[in-house]
Amino acid sequence: MAVISIERMGLLSVVCLSLFFSSAIAVDRGNFKTCDQSAFCKRQRALKPSQSPYRALLETLELSDSRLTLQLINDNNKVHLLLELYRLQGNMTRVKINELKPLKPRFEVPDVLIAEPPTEPLSVLSKDDNGVVLSLGAESQRLIVSARPFRLDIMEGPEVLLSLNSRGLLAFEHLRLRKDTQAQPDGAEVKESVDGDQQQDEGEKDEDGESDKEEDGLWEETFKSHTDTKPNGPTSISLDFSLPGVEHVYGIPEHADDLKLKTTDGGEPYRLYNLDVFQYELYNPMALYGSIPVMLAHNTQRTMGIFWLNAAETWVDISSNTAGKTVFGKMLDFVQGSSEKPQTDVRWISESGIIDVFIMLGPKPSDVFSQYASLTGTQSFPPLASLGYHQCRWNYNDQDDVKSVDQGFDQHDIPYDFIWLDIEHADGKRYFTWDPHKFPQPKEMLQGLMDKRRKMVAIVDPHIKVDSDYKIHNEITSKDFYVKNKDGRNYEGWCWPGNSGYPDFTKPEMRAWWASMFSYDQYEGSMENLFTWNDMNEPSVFNGPEVTMHKDALHGKWEHRDIHNIYGLYVQMATAEGQTQRSGGVERPFVLTRAVFAGSQRYGAVWTGDNAAEWDHLKISIPMCLSLGLVGVSFCGADVGGFFKNPSTELLVRWYQTGAYQPFFRAHAHLDTTRREPWLFGPENTALIREVIRQRYALLPYWYQLFFQAHKTGMPVMRPLWVDYPKDTATFTIDDEFLIGSDLLVHPVTEEGSRGVTAYLPGAGEVWYDVHTFQKHNGAQNLYIPVTLSSIPVFQRGGSIIPRKDRVRRSSACMENDPYTLYVALSPKKFAAGELYIDDGHSFNYDTKREFIHRSLTFANNALTSSNLCPDCNFVTSSWIEKVLILGASKPSKVLLKMDGKETPVDFEFETSMSVLTLRKPGMNAGADWTLLLQ
Amino acid sequence: MTCLHLLLTLVFAVSLGTPVEIQRPRGVPLTKKQFYEENKPFTCLDGSRTIPFDRVNDDYCDCKDGSDEPGTAACPNGSFHCTNAGYRPTFIPSSRINDGICDCCDTTDEYNSGARCENTCKDLGRKEREVLQKMAEVTKEGFLLKQQLIEEAKKGRQEKQGKVTDMQENKKQLEDKVEALRTVKETAEQPEKEAKERHLKAWEEQKAAIRLEKDKAKMAEAFLELDDNADGFVSVSELQSHAELDPDADGTLTETEVQGLMGGAEQVDTSTFESVWTNIKDKYHSESQPEEPTPVETPPDEVKEPVVDNESEPYPEDDVSEEEDDDDDDEDDYHEDDDKAPPTVKTPEKSHEDEEAMPPYDPDTQALIDAAQKARDDFEEVEKSFREMDDQIRNIEKELSFDFGPDAEFTYLYSQCYELSTSEYIYRLCPFNRVSQKPKYGGSETNLGTWGSWSGPENNKYLVMKYEHGTGCWQGPNRSTTVKLTCGKETVVTSTSEPSRCEYLMEFTTPAVCQETGNIDLSPHNHEEL
Repeated sequence: MAVISIERMGLLSVVCLSLFFSSAIAVDRGNFKTCDQSAFCKRQRALKPSQSPYRALLETLELSDSRLTLQLINDNNKVHLLLELYRLQGNMTRVKINELKPLKPRFEVPDVLIAEPPTEPLSVLSKDDNGVVLSLGAESQRLIVSARPFRLDIMEGPEVLLSLNSRGLLAFEHLRLRKDTQAQPDGAEVKESVDGDQQQDEGEKDEDGESDKEEDGLWEETFKSHTDTKPNGPTSISLDFSLPGVEHVYGIPEHADDLKLKTTDGGEPYRLYNLDVFQYELYNPMALYGSIPVMLAHNTQRTMGIFWLNAAETWVDISSNTAGKTVFGKMLDFVQGSSEKPQTDVRWISESGIIDVFIMLGPKPSDVFSQYASLTGTQSFPPLASLGYHQCRWNYNDQDDVKSVDQGFDQHDIPYDFIWLDIEHADGKRYFTWDPHKFPQPKEMLQGLMDKRRKMVAIVDPHIKVDSDYKIHNEITSKDFYVKNKDGRNYEGWCWPGNSGYPDFTKPEMRAWWASMFSYDQYEGSMENLFTWNDMNEPSVFNGPEVTMHKDALHGKWEHRDIHNIYGLYVQMATAEGQTQRSGGVERPFVLTRAVFAGSQRYGAVWTGDNAAEWDHLKISIPMCLSLGLVGVSFCGADVGGFFKNPSTELLVRWYQTGAYQPFFRAHAHLDTTRREPWLFGPENTALIREVIRQRYALLPYWYQLFFQAHKTGMPVMRPLWVDYPKDTATFTIDDEFLIGSDLLVHPVTEEGSRGVTAYLPGAGEVWYDVHTFQKHNGAQNLYIPVTLSSIPVFQRGGSIIPRKDRVRRSSACMENDPYTLYVALSPKKFAAGELYIDDGHSFNYDTKREFIHRSLTFANNALTSSNLCPDCNFVTSSWIEKVLILGASKPSKVLLKMDGKETPVDFEFETSMSVLTLRKPGMNAGADWTLLLQ
Repeated sequence: MTCLHLLLTLVFAVSLGTPVEIQRPRGVPLTKKQFYEENKPFTCLDGSRTIPFDRVNDDYCDCKDGSDEPGTAACPNGSFHCTNAGYRPTFIPSSRINDGICDCCDTTDEYNSGARCENTCKDLGRKEREVLQKMAEVTKEGFLLKQQLIEEAKKGRQEKQGKVTDMQENKKQLEDKVEALRTVKETAEQPEKEAKERHLKAWEEQKAAIRLEKDKAKMAEAFLELDDNADGFVSVSELQSHAELDPDADGTLTETEVQGLMGGAEQVDTSTFESVWTNIKDKYHSESQPEEPTPVETPPDEVKEPVVDNESEPYPEDDVSEEEDDDDDDEDDYHEDDDKAPPTVKTPEKSHEDEEAMPPYDPDTQALIDAAQKARDDFEEVEKSFREMDDQIRNIEKELSFDFGPDAEFTYLYSQCYELSTSEYIYRLCPFNRVSQKPKYGGSETNLGTWGSWSGPENNKYLVMKYEHGTGCWQGPNRSTTVKLTCGKETVVTSTSEPSRCEYLMEFTTPAVCQETGNIDLSPHNHEEL
């Protein structure tokens, strides 16, 4: 509508016009800092590997049951640091470094760890003037503290697993008084900003002729028109990690880049700073909406993780001694035996806070996932419906529009579970309200959806319109819950509603109040089938530096600088808490967020932000979600179709096919795009989209079970191949295909006009079955698969059993009591195993009352058996087993069902060409114990 | 496992008040009853296989075409027949059987889901009949109105065609008259021109004499001024004090340059000064008098160009709309201007030269001028009528060229406008012209598209109008509007929406699309069941 654009343009005229117009093609890089433009990054990065000026003062060593403390001294400036070492349960080591006596406390990130991690005793194996050797318990693991220069090495047997400060890049900018307040200008001292390296630094600076104080940005820094006042001066920290024998590192999302992290030598470091990036560019290390400071290192022997718990702006440099070497070069090294061991070196730099690192020692990928989960929690267990298809658009115009889209799905017999409302639904972007003209009867609308057993999501962003007629604003003001600017007044910035305040979500009282706003009596027009979407929670501030909040804004006594990357997590946390509370703690919440931090997985789903209707954006959705999955966030998806621009029909169809096999499956589109509901592209394309959405719904039992597993163990739902094939080096860089759980391998078609794809099927001696044709293929091969527009190459692993509900209905709730079909894909050894998980799909009763069914399904010795994995669980389902397909079977003479001590024959059919045995209507309840015998 | 949903259902249908029982498997329409014979093997309707009859509706899908499970949700591609006695029978996808949602008004789709459905068929049937009744009435009346419209359009068309023919005749006559008067005018203008030229020439000569006089006086004055030492000669040095005379304008007037000006002489007396004066008079500044204002040619005010006020227009989209509107208007304005007498201000004389006015024409000349003016006026008057006539003819021809439907039933919409007020905007549909939107509380109008074409479905393109190329959307396409026409007694815009950004949809009722009634069936719908 004209009013929208006029209003919007009016509101954003100052900042956003330039933002929007100048970036018609892609991101305006000039709006965002490079390392060189970020003073602390530039200072820290100027420091090159050398001998560390830090020395461990072994005489200060104190060892208690749970921790070891030791002072470090920087020989250049004599500042003392305190090192704390913890051996944590589950094969982890925690390293904390802070100033021994800071001028005032430095920020330590709260609310990320689910509890104080339980420790295990450390013991000193040996000690001399050069250092201390500590035992890390089993497997001959030792932690060696070297004194001069200070470094840490974690060893297993003779192997060094990981070293800290081995390149001497530990740097800790201690808190100091401002020079100009000391009345004795002392140029020399300023230069020791990076404590470790003043000599070298000095020389360089003099050569550059920089007037150090201004250029360094120690006490003030200006980017574009924004000045950061930095009242605390320089506070940055840095530490290096060396990973011998490692060539592949992953994680540290969110970046629009490949799965395997690249070396950053000579380029920009990977940046972690939650930002609202308009039309982001692909394949570069620029910061995006989320920051999860967790890196995984992997080789054929071991997987490890580094969790850098810091919420300030962070940059990560990666270098490798094998980068740039060709395969031939590596081979030559190998043949000549002259090769140095491959090694990856990593360096973390953060603007403030302390060094608090968790080293997760694996050794298996699944160990690292459970180690990280033990620290920050697991993926929340989503309501089953949220694993269905989501239909979103900026914006569904009014109630009639919602109704007609809902009817469109029924007319075209396409299932969906959620329809979404973007910012235009609210009255003047005042969240928690409804536009009185477009949505005058929200409850009527929600009831209409409920009658179809469907649900809705309405957006609630964390920027609050400054408007004295707006209840939410008035309450936040009266409770003094807004973030403050450096002068102590309420911080205000521009966002969708115009001038806006930003609630201080770091305050527990504020979050409790926010949560209470979701109760049915507070959130007018809400009902139990209304859920929430938190957008713009980086936070996005249209007229702020880098489109976010000023770093010198204040959250209580802490600066925004300290907490920036965790702000978005708090928003989602408070929202999810509100949704849980409104049902008295009975119903599971569903909240989508754009900004994430370590721990965000506990609160809901995340999407990869404002992508574009381009083939490369479709491709990048895979590594982006894989990277998030590796660091705990399983419930990930990209806007199907692409947010900006109009997709070609082919791209849209391909995107549906890809999205249907990614965890969070939502179509979304920008206000300026043409309508793209699935039935608007002709009957053929409608049929293609319908088909793949139906495939999604048929597989919902499997998705749901995987989310239960992720919730229990931290295993990612959507995974890179190497997670399940950690010794197969061919899998280490694959990011155009992926696994769902262990049992489905998906290679989406992401090329325009593609006539075929080459999928890598892993696993020597294993087999994979095409889920559409049941054709069997051998593992450990590159398989060329001819494709048509209807193809989505998906394979089931031989050796797995996947339960499906093949009776697809118009929403997941409608399928609740439907029977299951078991797809038993036999391994070459005629074995298969799987699980079946059933609960009510929406409440916490699975947890609070153990109301669920969890069964193990095993095929061995020609018998398929269902046995109870949770004997003390109680849940009654009316679902039953209508069919069993056994892929790779041979023809039996007869089939018997053994249940309740009785044997009854079961009809079957055998399809010879693909060796598929179909058992007709065995009919047992899905929760029962039974065995099917093939004779 | 679920209970067997046994196949037989009792169907009650009401026809002529007599209840009739028909037995057949659940979900099977009467027309297909014959394929489902109890206790005989059932062959899938696609012929793909034959199964025992107890596998019909046994909640397991045996047939690829889904035909063995008409009454359960077992087959993904099956369909279920609801009889819906009292309303219209319908098929629903099998997946809607027992899904907890009431789809069939007779509740037969939810026989085992626990959903509490009420039989609403009678109600729906009644409502539908009411609606149909009403629609039939509307259609009937609308159709009558349409006949009138067709009549009127026919008449109007004939009238207009007749009018055009008449006007063509008039136009021809006017054209002849214009030519005749043009000759008269040109004949009268020739002597006028000659007389005026004579008069002008005489005056020019007189002016030249006066100018010469003045120049001489100035020269004498200048000589006196320059002759600083009053020796009756102007010397090089005396002239050199006048820096403004510098011929190469480099800021210094050198001696050589002065000598050049003085024709090589060291000094000149009053008589020889004349040649020097010619060289310097254009630049010479009198010492006593203030500088004469240099005669700057003020550019004649051209016909005003529309000035685009860029500063107050940050948003291109509004800009475009206004400009477009202006353009239309302006075009008309210019046209009118052209019709008026040519502006008389454009006289060839350069009026700035002298303040002295030209002396009045002598009576003979004036008489010739008056005569010529009258001839011109006469000519212009007739020519104007001629052009107006031509315009009118063209307008009518344009109207006649529109596609107003097979029977010209849409003719009456031409040059009309219909408005709809929403909470924020007033929408305006001017059929065959344009659609626009104006904010209710101030703000400029936005063009949502100008007439494009009929674009209904192939069998009746007159059900949809398309208006295109409206104001451009910010970062988007040009606005366009689709107008859907439905039968109604009134001609009125009933709703507007913007389903996609900048693509508007308007619902418009008009009698012109009403079809002859008679084929609307008002009887209850269950007859096909019996």
